[in-house]
Amino acid sequence: MDVIYTIWLRSIKRYLRSRSRIVGSLGMPLFLLVFLGFGLNSVVVIPNTGEDYVVFLAPGIVSMGVLFTSIFAGLQIIWDRQFGFLKETLVAPVSRTEIMLGQTFGGATTAIFQGTLILILSFLIGLKFPGILGLLIAAGFMILVGIAFTALGISIASRIEDMNGFQLIMSFLIFPIFGLSGAMFPITGLPPAFRSLTMYDPLTYGVEGIRYGLTGSSQIDPLVCLVVLSAFSVAMIMAGAFLFRKTRI
Amino acid sequence: MKAVTVESLTKRFGDFTAVDNISFEIDEGEIFGLLGPNGAGKSTTISILATMADATSGKALVNGHHIAGDEDGVRKSIGIVFQDQSLDEELTAWENMDFHGRLYRIHGDTRRERTEELLELVGLDDRKDELVKTFSGGMRRRLEIARGLLHRPKVLFLDEPTLGLDPQTRNYLWEYIENLNMEFGISVIITTHYMDEADRLCDRVGIIDKGRIVALDTPENLKKSIGGDLITVKSDDYEGKLADINQPWIESIESYDGFFNIGLSGAEEHLTQIIEALAKTRITISSVSIRKPSLEDVFLYYTGKSIRDAEADSKERMRMMHFARRH
Repeated sequence: MDVIYTIWLRSIKRYLRSRSRIVGSLGMPLFLLVFLGFGLNSVVVIPNTGEDYVVFLAPGIVSMGVLFTSIFAGLQIIWDRQFGFLKETLVAPVSRTEIMLGQTFGGATTAIFQGTLILILSFLIGLKFPGILGLLIAAGFMILVGIAFTALGISIASRIEDMNGFQLIMSFLIFPIFGLSGAMFPITGLPPAFRSLTMYDPLTYGVEGIRYGLTGSSQIDPLVCLVVLSAFSVAMIMAGAFLFRKTRI
Repeated sequence: MKAVTVESLTKRFGDFTAVDNISFEIDEGEIFGLLGPNGAGKSTTISILATMADATSGKALVNGHHIAGDEDGVRKSIGIVFQDQSLDEELTAWENMDFHGRLYRIHGDTRRERTEELLELVGLDDRKDELVKTFSGGMRRRLEIARGLLHRPKVLFLDEPTLGLDPQTRNYLWEYIENLNMEFGISVIITTHYMDEADRLCDRVGIIDKGRIVALDTPENLKKSIGGDLITVKSDDYEGKLADINQPWIESIESYDGFFNIGLSGAEEHLTQIIEALAKTRITISSVSIRKPSLEDVFLYYTGKSIRDAEADSKERMRMMHFARRH
């Protein structure tokens, strides 16, 4: 536990120290919320609920914040390798699994923090306060998304040597995960082929779960979301632990 | 018990042999040097002993623990300062120490006490709350050494500890390492390609070239092994006439780049004889000098090339190693 806490603590310290990064990474979600949310509000009608597009969009943008922060937190391992710090942890008498779990929980914590900041912005823009229970449900899903995608980031970081592949990961992994997830559009209205594609995207279940917590309505049963996302988180942790154990300096 | 025992250790990357069947032992409390050009296999050897890489064959014990099998035992026994920096620059000096202490499961008060103590020892106590990214190269090195000592290791690995440091800082670090060794009685393995560093610090030196240990002894004995004195003759004698002056008291003759090193003892008495012999061969002599051999001469004697030439060779070796690793 000590070791996991130690690595977690380092992630938190580094995160809190990088003020400009925190503010910087709030920019994009905020602009998306404002431009898309208000820009498309008059032309988009959400089926069934008829709620404002900006209200529909907010949970999606919160998940986006959690997704990006957590994957980057996992990819931090690549920087640690490049700057030599990874050696310091790997040569210590601790198991790789502990290091990996510490990194995962640290990344997830910063991702939830980032998601919470976006959530606060959403409340300012027009999202109604969902009540304590709703908040807790949303928080639970944010935690799961944070854990799953930090672990995914660690898995990738264990396999690639340097930051050369970074653009590739951005374009062909992170962005499709976000784009396909139904963060920006209701999945019920999609053509069947496209719709089944979104069902393979694990983030879809995170977005729907968070949306259920924040707005009280979702297009996938929140229990299904919980089961699928939990299973995905466990699978990612196992994959991350396995791949990280094999990583070399 | 020996601090380190290495038996026929070999490391291959594909067809390329980085460490070739080396064996040596290090006593407790000894400062042992692995001396050789970059790419000779020093860092690879250290990585294997520190459990950061697997050996292809052979075995090694560190503080009585097998490097393959009892990795945690080895890891608890060693402190290591890597060739490349391994600090977190976004943390302060204190936090880097604290992180290390927690990883090694040193408990609260002990951890704080030792951190205070060690930071003072390396002269960083007044900057302990500053971020490492504001530190100079020498300060970072000192912090890394302090960190490596936090868990009271039995064996300290220093991989090129003074690489890229200015002469003053190097001197300071040498003194520091000597004191550490005396005060705590820990065994130190140091790799270096600086001859003077090995000479000054090490109780015993292993000269390593192309993955092999070609000589191993105290610096004094190594220097004696090529003769107590060296007479260096500068001459353009390409026909090797100089090599013909056969005298029983000459222990070795080595030539490189128009210089001839004649190893012998009692150079002062034999100087006239050598000059006479040289005069008879009628070769042009630009200069003659007498000096005590340095480890540089020892290296030249055992490998047949100066360490600078060896560096050039080993750049090629490193390229091969890189290639072999990737494929």
